[in-house]
Amino acid sequence: MRKKNKNKNNKNLNASWLKPYSLLQNYPLYIRSIPAEQELKFHYTVHTSLDVVDEKVSAMGKALVDQRELYLGLLYPTEDYKVYGYVTNSKVKFVMVVDSSNTALRDNEIRSMFRKLHNSYTDVMCNPFYNPGDRIHSRAFDNMVTSMMVQVC
Amino acid sequence: MEPGAAAAVGTAGAVGAAASAGAPAAAAAAAAGASAAAVSASYCPLPLPLSDGEQQCYSELFARCCCAPATSSSFFSSSSSSSSSSSSSSSSSSSSSSSSSSAGHPQPAAELGRGASLPGPAATAGANQVGDLFRASQLPAETLHQITELCGAKRVGYFGLTQFYVALKLIAAAQSGLPVQVESIKCELPLPQFMALKNDEIRYSNPTELHGMKCQIPYVTMEKNSFKRVDDGEKQQEKMSPIMSPVSSPPSSPSSYQRVPLTYGYGKLRSGMDQMHAAPYETRQHTLQQEGSTSGSHGPKPTRRQTSLIQSLSVEREPQESNSNYPDDPWRITEEQREYYINQFKSLQPDLSSFISGSLAKNFFTKSKLTIPELSYIWELSDVDCDGALTLPEFCAAFHLIVARKNGYPLPESLPQTLQPDYLQTAFLKPKWDCALFDSYSESMPVNQQPRDLNRIEKSSIKEKTDLTAPAQDVNIDDKQALKISSVDEAMPKDLSVDTAAKPGLLPPPPALPPRPLMSQVLHHNTSNDSISQTKLPGQLPGYGDFRLLEQVLLTQIGCVWWNFREQIRKDNDLQTKEQIAEEKDLCQTEQVSEIELHPQLTRTPSQTEESGSPVKKDLPHTQPPSKPIRRKFRPENQVMENQEPSSVSGTSSVPTVPTVKPHASIQKQSSKQKKAIQTAIRKNKEANAVLARLNSELQQQLKEVHQERIALENQLEQLRPVTVL
Repeated sequence: MRKKNKNKNNKNLNASWLKPYSLLQNYPLYIRSIPAEQELKFHYTVHTSLDVVDEKVSAMGKALVDQRELYLGLLYPTEDYKVYGYVTNSKVKFVMVVDSSNTALRDNEIRSMFRKLHNSYTDVMCNPFYNPGDRIHSRAFDNMVTSMMVQVC
Repeated sequence: MEPGAAAAVGTAGAVGAAASAGAPAAAAAAAAGASAAAVSASYCPLPLPLSDGEQQCYSELFARCCCAPATSSSFFSSSSSSSSSSSSSSSSSSSSSSSSSSAGHPQPAAELGRGASLPGPAATAGANQVGDLFRASQLPAETLHQITELCGAKRVGYFGLTQFYVALKLIAAAQSGLPVQVESIKCELPLPQFMALKNDEIRYSNPTELHGMKCQIPYVTMEKNSFKRVDDGEKQQEKMSPIMSPVSSPPSSPSSYQRVPLTYGYGKLRSGMDQMHAAPYETRQHTLQQEGSTSGSHGPKPTRRQTSLIQSLSVEREPQESNSNYPDDPWRITEEQREYYINQFKSLQPDLSSFISGSLAKNFFTKSKLTIPELSYIWELSDVDCDGALTLPEFCAAFHLIVARKNGYPLPESLPQTLQPDYLQTAFLKPKWDCALFDSYSESMPVNQQPRDLNRIEKSSIKEKTDLTAPAQDVNIDDKQALKISSVDEAMPKDLSVDTAAKPGLLPPPPALPPRPLMSQVLHHNTSNDSISQTKLPGQLPGYGDFRLLEQVLLTQIGCVWWNFREQIRKDNDLQTKEQIAEEKDLCQTEQVSEIELHPQLTRTPSQTEESGSPVKKDLPHTQPPSKPIRRKFRPENQVMENQEPSSVSGTSSVPTVPTVKPHASIQKQSSKQKKAIQTAIRKNKEANAVLARLNSELQQQLKEVHQERIALENQLEQLRPVTVL
């Protein structure tokens, strides 16, 4: 695996909470990227990918809202990177931005990474001191993400 | 005071635990450089000037080290007993203090074999204890070796008074960052600081800070000495105290934490603990150490420490018993700490094999006044299976981490091995049987912890009721439950009373939680509690939603045996009680509550538990027939109390002094019945467990249904939304 800033993984958790009012809130709960200096770019990338996520989710139809696949797959590719999406049943979105040059990353691996993210996220939620909607500061979560990114790198 | 001994003792003995992490490192570096010089300098026979405080401190340390027979492995291969003239004479001067201190602390002496209280003429510090003491100074081993070489103990083969004093002073110098040399100890040095030892070494430097508070009267022996030391080395202590902050002795950590909860108003906890641990008190010489620990974390909580110092010290005495052989390991839970944690667990969850839910634990731990991120991290560490609930080992680990954090320990990166649930589980197996005996104590403890007079009323009435029937243990449980009920009842309706009643206690559940009467007597008491809380009921007419919320909350707590009954009766009485509630809205505020009204009032309470009081009573009389007449007797009294209750906003002030007489008599009765009542209590608890298990499953079912309803509703909501909105 390349060591230079080749592999950029941006894991962005967006929670869009169903509010009683019509406002839609999508704000990141957690963002991590390697290398860190390009974080702003990934912020933008992830934010724009949210539309694609919503589109995919709504495309699945209301009847399947409970049975739809959590893993959304490749949202859209650009020349530099690929964006993968994953939505939980509580409308928490995981977005992963992977360097396009990292061809060794297969779909299964992406799925497993999302699964790990989801599991870690549920662990964070189990913490009674964590208020849903707060930014995630869990060290266990950080460690898991770090290990995952190191693994990919 | 002989100059030789004084000098040696002053410097060597004053070495306290390394105030700062940098100090040992610096000392090590300096020591490394100076080691050669130090060795060449060899034994330091110079008489060093010792302040009175230092003299006392060192002599006491020496006395402590001498108390135990010098056996087992130690720094030196042999410890030949030799009498040093200096030691005898200096010990004579300090014998008074040391004897008092030694007498006052049989605990370390017990561990050390209960040797002579005085060093005596053949005074040689036990090498084992000396080694422990030196290791407690948290200096690197290399530095300690240099110190031992320098002080001459190695040369003479034993730790005489002179060598011991020199070593202590060198430790003080090393901790202050000075090189380990003979010249270092010639100047004025602060007292050495030692981490918690298994001998409960006192951190002499710390008490100085606390003496300003002047709340150490109960602990005369050590305090007296500490006072003297304070006068002498106060300036030095001040210098050292700030460095001490991050270093707190782990055994005292429970005290700090208990100090924190004690500040919530547990004036009685101390008395309760006193009753429980009268013996350990005398053995505890942890007062100063506790003070040290308190001062260790003095920065953020000076006031709290002041107010609750006595309480914390009293409480800490018990947990400071360190049976473990790892005095320096802050992550190892001592027996006393474990007992305390188990009692706290019971206060939240009587079933030791069940869970404490996340919300319950959150409310509980939030009272520790740690920041939410820290609590979140502590939860993350302790909830190993990440299920959002804490088993008993997990709870103890979390509690211990909180206590350690409050004492200034930085939180570890990962859960220490000694706090792992599996490790604690095996450790819990054996003391479980001890807990049986502690149960009666623990039950009375939370009872005692209720500072409110009103709770005492409850307790007295409960006690009197149960005198005829249930075993003392049940009574204790009932007391606790009733007290909680009363506190909760009062808390729920009245915001003012909530603050005073429910918040003071760690043990009472949060105001939002309904009380948990355990036995029928408690139910009877609930009625009495209801009567007291009746006046507040009107303000809180619970809707069905509230019931379900409370129900779900109650799921986390093991309900009382008759919880099932109560639920059924509640459902039956919902309509009935609501009507009654409406009627009583006008009447409750008046001071003239008829007994008849009490009955319907008793049947319904927002806390749910009270609601079923009277109907439950009707259904349960067969279990407690003798208590019925007593219950009725108390109703008028409760009426009286209730009448007084509304008159006073806070509720505590209006409590008549009459009930205070009752607790004393009832307490005596209880104590007499506890022993024979434990067995019956065990039997009853087993029966109760079976019923509760059934209840639990039923409630779980209800919870699942509620969850499913909620999910269904949310799904409907999603589907009803416009397509564009996600």
